[in-house]
Amino acid sequence: MTAVATSAPAATAPPRRQRHNARETRAAYLFILPWIIGFLVFTVGSMVYSLVISFSNYNLATNTATPTGLSNYRGLLDDPKVLQSLKNTLVYALMAVPAEICFALLLASLLNRVTRGAGVFRTLYYLPKMTPSVATASMFLLLLNGNTGAVNSFLRFFHIPGPQWLVDPAWVKPSIVLMTLWGVSGTMVIFLAALKNVPRDLYEVAELDGAGPVRKFFSITVPMISGAIFFNVIVLTINALQVFDQAYLLFWRDQTNASPDSSLFYAVYLFQQAFRQFDFGFAAAMAWVLFVIVMLVTLVQVRVGNRFVYYEGEKSS
Amino acid sequence: MSVTRSVGVEDEPVGLELASPRGRRPWHQPRSLAVRGLLWVVLVAFACLFLYPFVWLLASSLKPRGQVFDNALIPKTFVFHNYVEVWQRLPLLHWLFNSVSIAVIAAGLVAVSSSVVAFGFAYFRFPGRNLLFGLVLATMMLPTAVTLVPQYLIWKDLGLIGTWVPLFGSNLFGSAFYIFLLRQFFLGVPRELFEAARIDGAGYFGLFWRIAMPLAVPAFLIVFVFEFQASWNNLQGALIYLNGGSPDGFTVPLGIAYAMTKFSPTNGGHGDYQFVMVAALLVTLPMLAVFAFAQRYFIEGVATQGRKG
Repeated sequence: MTAVATSAPAATAPPRRQRHNARETRAAYLFILPWIIGFLVFTVGSMVYSLVISFSNYNLATNTATPTGLSNYRGLLDDPKVLQSLKNTLVYALMAVPAEICFALLLASLLNRVTRGAGVFRTLYYLPKMTPSVATASMFLLLLNGNTGAVNSFLRFFHIPGPQWLVDPAWVKPSIVLMTLWGVSGTMVIFLAALKNVPRDLYEVAELDGAGPVRKFFSITVPMISGAIFFNVIVLTINALQVFDQAYLLFWRDQTNASPDSSLFYAVYLFQQAFRQFDFGFAAAMAWVLFVIVMLVTLVQVRVGNRFVYYEGEKSS
Repeated sequence: MSVTRSVGVEDEPVGLELASPRGRRPWHQPRSLAVRGLLWVVLVAFACLFLYPFVWLLASSLKPRGQVFDNALIPKTFVFHNYVEVWQRLPLLHWLFNSVSIAVIAAGLVAVSSSVVAFGFAYFRFPGRNLLFGLVLATMMLPTAVTLVPQYLIWKDLGLIGTWVPLFGSNLFGSAFYIFLLRQFFLGVPRELFEAARIDGAGYFGLFWRIAMPLAVPAFLIVFVFEFQASWNNLQGALIYLNGGSPDGFTVPLGIAYAMTKFSPTNGGHGDYQFVMVAALLVTLPMLAVFAFAQRYFIEGVATQGRKG
């Protein structure tokens, strides 16, 4: 951690007066050459290629792209499924991200309070994260079954009638959120690391002032780990906007889909357009719209987040 | 604030807190036995919640034909034969072989290439370094969907669709997050070590190979294990690049998705879904084995992620 803090100023300090050693420069570029090639081909090249395709009609048989101007983008607006899938994805992200943050923070706070056995619990909680998403989905297909699933049996025990999770359009997104929460431990571990770094004297001072646990949590813990919260929110949002595996496996694997409107997510529709319909132009246009949305959302989050995040470096004023 | 104070953990008199010897009790550990007990109960409850699907998976995998959708945790009859039959019904051995090979190649490639690049960024001072490293970080934000179609077309132009190469080819060029992670490790190596080696006549590659790499073995393992898992999990890539061929060529995720369709009750599978559960269990085990082996690296690796911001 200190490496980041100490290296950053050195790196940003203008080394203009410092002469770059030509031999060293040559060696350095040789070392980073693999990344430069990959960046040029797989990032820049791909993005340019994708942009060109998005403004054209790609013919798979002849391998040619005929320019068609904005027609793909106009097609996006005309296709109600695009808007539907976008809406579904945004609604899912709005549900999943806060739920994951709260649940992960709860688990991390609990784990942070025990010393004996903490490692065992941490390991047990981490196991779902190691389960391949196909295995998770095949399990939850049974667990979330409206009639015989374990989740509804559990609810029945408390006399709560459980919903038809995977069939009822209103419960499709909560179903996927539930699956996501089961594997929330990656986020939890990041919070746990952040919690361990909160200085204990802050709590002691607060205790002297008569602060209770709730007050301490919101006045000390949350501000002190705001960096980790911020990071997790951004990463989880980007992931949520691209959700594919769960939606594909639970709803779109075979074509007999019970609730097509509510379970169509953006990445799934994009995948279908590209690799089932082979309409690469349309898919590329969809990808660019997603790219712009992800960028905008991230930008807004960074703008808003920077106002609330406490960085240890800037203690003054 | 008497309401919040009555929760019980911190409501002892302040004087006692000051009197209690430091170090005997970790600061964050609750004092009273009752609270500690309650904490344990909650933690155990969550553990059960996290483990329950595995138990269910194991139980379902042992259920007889047609009963897999029944709501019973313990099967009425245990059909151990499911585990034998699944090998005949599904080419699991092929899938496992394909997935292990691809994951090892993918993880090996990305760990080596990312180390080389990371060392370049960590050790040398050269014009454009900050700009280029900024670009490395920026690529982490790029949604995979944007490059999905063009990358497919690139591999298609190279005639490599249906082979394993698209599933690990781009790993040859390093990966942004791993480059970042390894660079952090290399920055932590004292510069004097490198200078001493330089005086002893080591070349730049020698610095990397003999000084930096041996010290970065833990980070290297983190990268390897992370990428192994990512590759083991990669459903979308397999759907795009391997889906057309025969089931023998599938990877584990693609195979399970195929089995889910094949044995789905809506698809004439008549409740033979227990085979999916057996397969799901069998393909989870290797990952759990890797985790048991590299658990510490895994969790440390995840924990360092959050310190980026």
